[in-house]
Amino acid sequence: MDQQVSNAAGANPTNVERISDREFAVTRLFDAPPRMVFTAWSDPSLFQRWWVPKSATGVSLVSCDMDVRTGGKYRLEFAAGDQTMAFFGKYLDVVPDQRIVWTNDEGEEGAVTTVTFKDQGGKTLVTYHETYPSKEALEEALSGSAAGLPEQFEQLAELLATAEA
Amino acid sequence: MVQFNSTSLDASFAALSDATRRGVLAQLGRSDASITTLADQFHMTLTGMKKHVQVLERAGLVTTEKVGRVRTCRLGERGLGAEAEWIDAQRKLFERRFAALDAIIEEMKQEEANGPAGE
Repeated sequence: MDQQVSNAAGANPTNVERISDREFAVTRLFDAPPRMVFTAWSDPSLFQRWWVPKSATGVSLVSCDMDVRTGGKYRLEFAAGDQTMAFFGKYLDVVPDQRIVWTNDEGEEGAVTTVTFKDQGGKTLVTYHETYPSKEALEEALSGSAAGLPEQFEQLAELLATAEA
Repeated sequence: MVQFNSTSLDASFAALSDATRRGVLAQLGRSDASITTLADQFHMTLTGMKKHVQVLERAGLVTTEKVGRVRTCRLGERGLGAEAEWIDAQRKLFERRFAALDAIIEEMKQEEANGPAGE
């Protein structure tokens, strides 16, 4: 049974899949080896150029501090209009060119995010996997009112999703 | 409160794999509509739209009620329209991010191809 919601446009579709009642995953193939995709994900000066696409009108990444190693911390500050918000947490596990695992500590019941970089004949399959501490926490996220996450988060996601490339 | 179980999730996600059905859910999120209205709006035959609505109905995402000759569709009570929208928003967000990441990877490839700076 097809449980995936995917985009037909482009050679490398982005798939979003609900894995269980407290997990979802996004998968996407990139035309480059894992070391390159890992670098673009772990170097703050590169990361901040794609995590919030420039054409997203009105949203800017004010600061991007990332210490991508096991036990390191990150803090991303966004501004949207006259509102600002911060996302922060800790890297639980970092294996260069293979995976990054981090916490999302801005909410009370934040997800743990795991990104894996898998070599597929010189290309990289990226899997972005979020695990919530409970079924209820994911339900909260689904309904757009995750504990501690302000409404702006939803507005931010909306802005990013609707702004045309 | 939105309730999930694996069986209904299977049916929901099969239902959500189709762009027209996602569009129908978005439309019903704004207002109830008859199958005729939906068929017109999505430029489909009545029969085609009926099939889409049936898939959504089996997944519990939509309920329908026939009064006289008109069958009216509305979002199912479990509020899974919100879930569909959320998944769709996530997908759009990551599509945009990853398109930007593709561009950066292209730059990195160019730099590697050109060799170290100054040579």
